Amino acid sequence: MEKSYIVKQISIFSENRPGRLAAIAGALRDAGINIFAFSIAEADGFGVVRALVDQPDEAHRTLTDLGFRVSFTDVIGVKMRDEPGGLSDIASILGDAGINIEYAYAYSGRDGAVLILRVDQVEDAIRQILGRGGELLKASLSG
Amino acid sequence: MPPWNPRTEEMPLGELRRLQFKLLKSLVYRLYSFNEFYRLRMKEHQVHPDDIRMLEDAAKLPFMYKGDLRDGYPDRIFSAEQNELVRYHVSSGTTGKPTVVGYTERDIENWSESLARGFSSCGLGRGDVMQVSYGYGLFTGGLGAHYGAERVGATVLPTSVGNTERQIELMQDLHVTAIACTPSYLLHIGEVAEKMGVSIKNDTDLRMGFLGAEPWSEQMRTRIEDWLGIRAYDIYGTSELSGPMFTECTEQQGIHIWGDLALVEIVDPATGEVLAPGEQGELTITMLQKEALPMVRYRIGDLTAVEEGGCACGRTHPRIGRIRGRVDDMLIIRGINVFPSQVEHALLEIPQVGRHFQIVVDRKGALDSMLVRVEVSEEAFSDKITELMVIKRAVEHRLRSSLNVSVDVELVEPGTLPRFEGKSKKVVDRRSL
Ligand SMILES: [Zn+2]
Repeated sequence: MEKSYIVKQISIFSENRPGRLAAIAGALRDAGINIFAFSIAEADGFGVVRALVDQPDEAHRTLTDLGFRVSFTDVIGVKMRDEPGGLSDIASILGDAGINIEYAYAYSGRDGAVLILRVDQVEDAIRQILGRGGELLKASLSG
Repeated sequence: MPPWNPRTEEMPLGELRRLQFKLLKSLVYRLYSFNEFYRLRMKEHQVHPDDIRMLEDAAKLPFMYKGDLRDGYPDRIFSAEQNELVRYHVSSGTTGKPTVVGYTERDIENWSESLARGFSSCGLGRGDVMQVSYGYGLFTGGLGAHYGAERVGATVLPTSVGNTERQIELMQDLHVTAIACTPSYLLHIGEVAEKMGVSIKNDTDLRMGFLGAEPWSEQMRTRIEDWLGIRAYDIYGTSELSGPMFTECTEQQGIHIWGDLALVEIVDPATGEVLAPGEQGELTITMLQKEALPMVRYRIGDLTAVEEGGCACGRTHPRIGRIRGRVDDMLIIRGINVFPSQVEHALLEIPQVGRHFQIVVDRKGALDSMLVRVEVSEEAFSDKITELMVIKRAVEHRLRSSLNVSVDVELVEPGTLPRFEGKSKKVVDRRSL
């Protein structure tokens, strides 16, 4: 039940230098893979590009063949309500349950904004959010 | 294994040092009187044979370098006339002119004696069959190992290099028990044997290998020993010393350097100062009994450390550790000597990063900076920045403690670092001098 809400994100190691993001995006486009959402986390000299795509396995293979360091990460996508307080609601649901958010980023989907979360206990987080009336992205929608 | 020459190999250290001093003193007098090249060099350094009053005074003597042999081509620094020589070997040298080494009968005798002691310390002797797969000819490896093995009573199979399938057939048919060759050639033999359907471990009598003439590592030893089912021993020497000359014993705790034949010093490659036992530096050897081509404080250019305590095998002579790299690769960073090989060794101990690296040296203001670029391994790649930062800091910490210089580490994408050996690509020095 919870499993169907676990979304497979691809994460790509990238150096902080011009053209790397374009190289990743270009490679996926050439392979006919659509990117729904992405974010970039940067540190000292390097970064991690995180992306939701329609064919994660194919994306993994394509980028690995090109020499990129790629991994899968389980994330969840929470549909945001078009009303004030949406974000703090989710944060407090997870906070109350003692679940840590490792990182989050948002994108704007066809039917509204979606918040992508990496948490330390995925299935627990899914139960908590659904139990409190939240709406989650189905894994099949992105993969 | 019992010593070949117990009287010498188990000589108490004090007695050995007195013998070394006696030999050094007579060597220096002989050279000062009869070898024009070294007499002039001593005069330039204002050293007289009378200044050598104890063994430590060896440090007063001027060094010899590879360039001296090249400049003296072919035989201008020899101490013997041609009619006293029984052999020449010639090393091609990757750069510049070749160097020629001449041997008197006694030089060949001492060379064989040295290897006989080493081979027998690993258990080679009568009843063994030793396949010598080093090149025969101008290179010293083949004939050197050949004479040493014959001396201990082993039967020698002089296969030299090449025609590997035939080497493997002979190894089986003649029940070869020992091999002398480069570690990479032995790996090649193992691979070819497998293609032929022969397991070196199960289908041959091979039980030991004397591997040298190129750098290799403990990891490689473990792999060779496990895969081929043999004991793999390090063997060391250069043509200037005679050829392959010294080996490990069954303890595998360093290479025994016979003190009656060679005086070992480890010196700081930058200053030439003699370093204490255990400290890494440039191997410098004085050949105490060599006649045709004497070598005094010869700066070999290999990096290692000397261990003076006696070995568990009972032999008292000093030992040297694995060769850690070449002096030519040395970088001086904030006054500290740093070798790319140290970085390489440190990285081997950190599974989170690959073994490839690049060093970038720069100068910011008056201060040198050192950046080491490494690749995150596939297993260690996390999409959490914090975990990647932990890896970065761990590598920085590890490098700092082994190099004694603070190092910045940059994590780079896989496949972006130079794959082949050589200082030119592994080190980028941006300091303008
Ligand atoms: Zn020993």
